Amino acid sequence: MKFRHKSSQQDKTELSMTSMIDIVFLLLVFFVMTFKISAQEGDFNIKMPQDGEGQADNTQLPLKLRLKADPAGNIQEIVLNDSQSFGTNWEQLRGYIVQLVGDQTGPTDDEGPEVEIDLDYNLQYVHVIEAITSVTGYRSGNDVVRLIDRIKFAKQRK
Amino acid sequence: MRIEKKYTPPAEPDLTPMIDMTFQLIAFFMVLINFSQSEQNDKVVLPTSELAKPADTPLEFPIIVHLTNTGSVVIGGDEVSIEAMRSRLAPELSLLKLEGKTAADANIIIRGHGGVPGGRVQELISKCQDLGFQNFALRVKEEI
Repeated sequence: MKFRHKSSQQDKTELSMTSMIDIVFLLLVFFVMTFKISAQEGDFNIKMPQDGEGQADNTQLPLKLRLKADPAGNIQEIVLNDSQSFGTNWEQLRGYIVQLVGDQTGPTDDEGPEVEIDLDYNLQYVHVIEAITSVTGYRSGNDVVRLIDRIKFAKQRK
Repeated sequence: MRIEKKYTPPAEPDLTPMIDMTFQLIAFFMVLINFSQSEQNDKVVLPTSELAKPADTPLEFPIIVHLTNTGSVVIGGDEVSIEAMRSRLAPELSLLKLEGKTAADANIIIRGHGGVPGGRVQELISKCQDLGFQNFALRVKEEI
């Protein structure tokens, strides 16, 4: 019996890529459109139990940071312990804190000095964060040098 | 002269490199996409800090509270006033109780708008303290 060979052209089954490419491009467009570049976020942790329940400052460094605001809510004066004024210069405040607590070893969560921040009601939150940043530490290259980790707010001023 | 007709197959472009590249792009975007929209709010522009770094370990029982530019509070998509926070936080407190925990075990993450008065943040903290919360995290954006 004689077998008739089919031509190789007829044997070739072609996979249709069109639908797959359509879906792949749709996915790509979806991801490109929903992609959002956002900066990293971090937290400043504050432990503030109700009055009188917190752990007392176990160091001899009473730090009371008074932040005065102008009527527009901008920082007007930074005063530490009712005596030392830094004008509106956060770097000076940080330098003073470095001198005070040293930067050899960072504090742990439950020990080290505590800063009490006493602010005017209308002081913009962004300045409060500047104050917390100044007393909490600073960046040295890629590393963060910790200064004071324990922060609390004084009674609210009206 | 007789001209012989040659069979010329239709020219097919090689799609393999293009598909490879497209799949790599999809993989790239899939890895980087951020679906955590619950942590974002249009009315909040976080203040920046050079010390902002994502925490190494996630906070235990986090409750995200947005303090918007209008001074209102947004919790889980519901906009309420600071004064009305107690009723909005009641389900969270019940959930904590069910898990055998107290408000002191939870962490309130405050995402405050940079322009709101600092006193408003204090008010918010004070209201939470009245409910028994004592751990707060002030969320900031990395300074670029």
